[in-house]
Amino acid sequence: MGIPEGKAAKILVFSTEKISDPAIDMAGLLKLHYSSKVYTIAVPCSSMIKTRWILRAFEQGFDGVFIAADGSDCPYGESCTEKTGAIVAQTHAIMKENNIEPMRLKMAAICSVCSESFVKQIKSFNNNLVEKLKS
Amino acid sequence: MKKKVGVYICHCGGNISDYVDVEKVREAVGLEEGVFLAKTTIFACADSNQKEMVQDIVDNELDAVVVASCSPKLHEPTFRAVTERAGLNKSHYVHANIREQVSWPHSDNKLGATEKAIHIVRSAIAKVILSEPSEPLEIKTHQAVLVIGAGVAGMKAASSLAKMGTQVYLIEREHFIGGRISHWDVLCTTDETGKELVTRLYNDISSDKNITLFTGAELIGSSGSMGNFTASIKIKPRYVKSACNENSFEKAISACPVEVPDEFNFNITKRKAIYHNFPSEYPHAAVIDIEHCTRCGECEKVCPQIDFNQHEETIDLKVGSILIATGFDPYTPHEGEYGYQVIDNVITLPQFKRLVANSDENLLWKGKTINNIAYIYCVGSRQVEGENKYCSRYCCTTTIYSAIRANKKFENLNHFHFTRGVRTYGKQEELYHQASKEGQVFFQSFEDDLPVVEKHNNKTIVKINDILTHKMPIETEVDLVVLVTGMVPRAENNISDILKIPKGRDKFFNEIHMKLRPVETVIDGITIAGACQGPKNVVESINSSLSAAIKSYSFVREETLSVNTLTAVVDASLCKICDACAKACPFDAIHPVNIGNKEVAGITESVCKGCGMCLPVCPENAIQLTSFTDNEVEQMIDMLARD
Repeated sequence: MGIPEGKAAKILVFSTEKISDPAIDMAGLLKLHYSSKVYTIAVPCSSMIKTRWILRAFEQGFDGVFIAADGSDCPYGESCTEKTGAIVAQTHAIMKENNIEPMRLKMAAICSVCSESFVKQIKSFNNNLVEKLKS
Repeated sequence: MKKKVGVYICHCGGNISDYVDVEKVREAVGLEEGVFLAKTTIFACADSNQKEMVQDIVDNELDAVVVASCSPKLHEPTFRAVTERAGLNKSHYVHANIREQVSWPHSDNKLGATEKAIHIVRSAIAKVILSEPSEPLEIKTHQAVLVIGAGVAGMKAASSLAKMGTQVYLIEREHFIGGRISHWDVLCTTDETGKELVTRLYNDISSDKNITLFTGAELIGSSGSMGNFTASIKIKPRYVKSACNENSFEKAISACPVEVPDEFNFNITKRKAIYHNFPSEYPHAAVIDIEHCTRCGECEKVCPQIDFNQHEETIDLKVGSILIATGFDPYTPHEGEYGYQVIDNVITLPQFKRLVANSDENLLWKGKTINNIAYIYCVGSRQVEGENKYCSRYCCTTTIYSAIRANKKFENLNHFHFTRGVRTYGKQEELYHQASKEGQVFFQSFEDDLPVVEKHNNKTIVKINDILTHKMPIETEVDLVVLVTGMVPRAENNISDILKIPKGRDKFFNEIHMKLRPVETVIDGITIAGACQGPKNVVESINSSLSAAIKSYSFVREETLSVNTLTAVVDASLCKICDACAKACPFDAIHPVNIGNKEVAGITESVCKGCGMCLPVCPENAIQLTSFTDNEVEQMIDMLARD
């Protein structure tokens, strides 16, 4: 596999309904542009994301998975960052075992007003993926 | 059963269709398996379209519906209600966001936006096809609200709730109500005194038969959930009978040999171990500070109303909603911060306000007349090094107002304001203008070059490189330095632990969404009001308390309540009761249960918040979250990935 020259990476974003998804919404409201190859699935909390969902995304052809985590703003509790981090670490280990570049899974805390940060992060992630996976 | 799905793609006027070819989307998704009907509509949310959707569902016997339009935060509830009106279970509705996450961010790429919209709608269709019906859990509601904190926000909320006809229990941890407002002499910008405002609110709550006030009362435990909380309250005794004769009580105060710093005056004066704060605070009932009382018995000799036999008691209150209004603490500078507690004429803004309120003809500090006052702004707020990155919002205004008030009350005062930029927003800017006209002097520095307070030869000097005069070094000798301290969350506030209310990065209580759900917490049935949520002035606190009161009322106005059904579900055949899920659950919703002869993890549905934290920790993958099952999420991923 590889990303053809001039093409954007296909990225699956796991956002959170109450925190990071509103930020992604606001990026749209502010007409902050990013790649149309970025798709979002909103879940209640980033610490509920299963490794098997992430691996499924890679199997199905996504170049990268971005977890827009609640961070310290998580309405369900302060342990969210730690728990989401543990999921990412565990998934990275499995990815390595399966010869999937760990850099293809990225996590960043995106608060409900972090629209610019989201766009910046997703552009940077896209550039890194394109560089790493170019065919 | 194979579902018949109806799909509606909204133009949103031109908000979507200017950038997304909605007809192309309709054609593409209309071919998907299960889709019986696919339509475009100019405004999906319009009444006429909603009626048409109901008719379509009924006429075509649709089983499920997808609407592709704006953010689900705006209209998901609208369309869920439409499907319910048409006789469908609301779980058979899925929303696709093709405005905020498609047409607007990709307005520069119409082909890409259209392709993305097709994928997103397909993904929603895949999810709705797998949706399972869910029934709301009907629970009996205790039609009462517990309001925690009897400051201005708590009292206003209690009064508002009571006027709507709800039973209200108002608890205050201190023995006197009024919170921070009772400390203040005059409030900006109305010139009303704190005492007047508190008196008015106290008269409101004490005359309302729907409100029961407990002072010296603290929440120590809570169980249950929205509509059905049991709150355990510990009530401390006053050790003074309620019908205390004031003369004999004054004698008791005189007789008491114990003196402790008076918190009411922010420790610039002292009080006895037996004390009162009236007329400023209510109720007008005395109290013995039992922590400092030596039980010497001197007060008992002169006052027969002293009663050391009173005991602490604990009561349980049944309520349907809890409204938290626990307020804030003023920031306490650390030793040496701008000379605090090291230089003897450095005090905080709350201390200065009490000093001005308590002084009559002359403004004195430690016996010396005050003429020159320096105000150091943003102490404990907008910290570069410390934790408090936020602006406390009210301090600039209240400082300038206090300086103006001091000028009215005392002669020959000179005011020097060492600011980091004055933030007297809105109409309060007039106070800044007035202070400038009075000749008060304003300097400014950035965070990388803050003012310095030093003591030289018994003189207190404040230095600044003033950016308003091209960083000219300026030194001012002053008689008093006032540290303009901001707001911090209440210390010793264990409510977060008891009620599981999350805090934000600023350590204040967190709302669900600052704009869309500004007084709700993630714990259903619990609302927040006033400065416990973040720095607020009196007006803002009252506004938020009225908002929280209405929201709390919505939880208790009916005898029964339908609760969210997004819950974790355990597959008993897979569960090996390893306890990992129970440890991961922040709400204590998972406990072992016996199914047949097997012990497995059991979910208490009314306590589960649907966060899903228990899902990924299960080594057997035995837990699914309703609406986010592996099958649903993986089908969505497959559809998004499809070429």
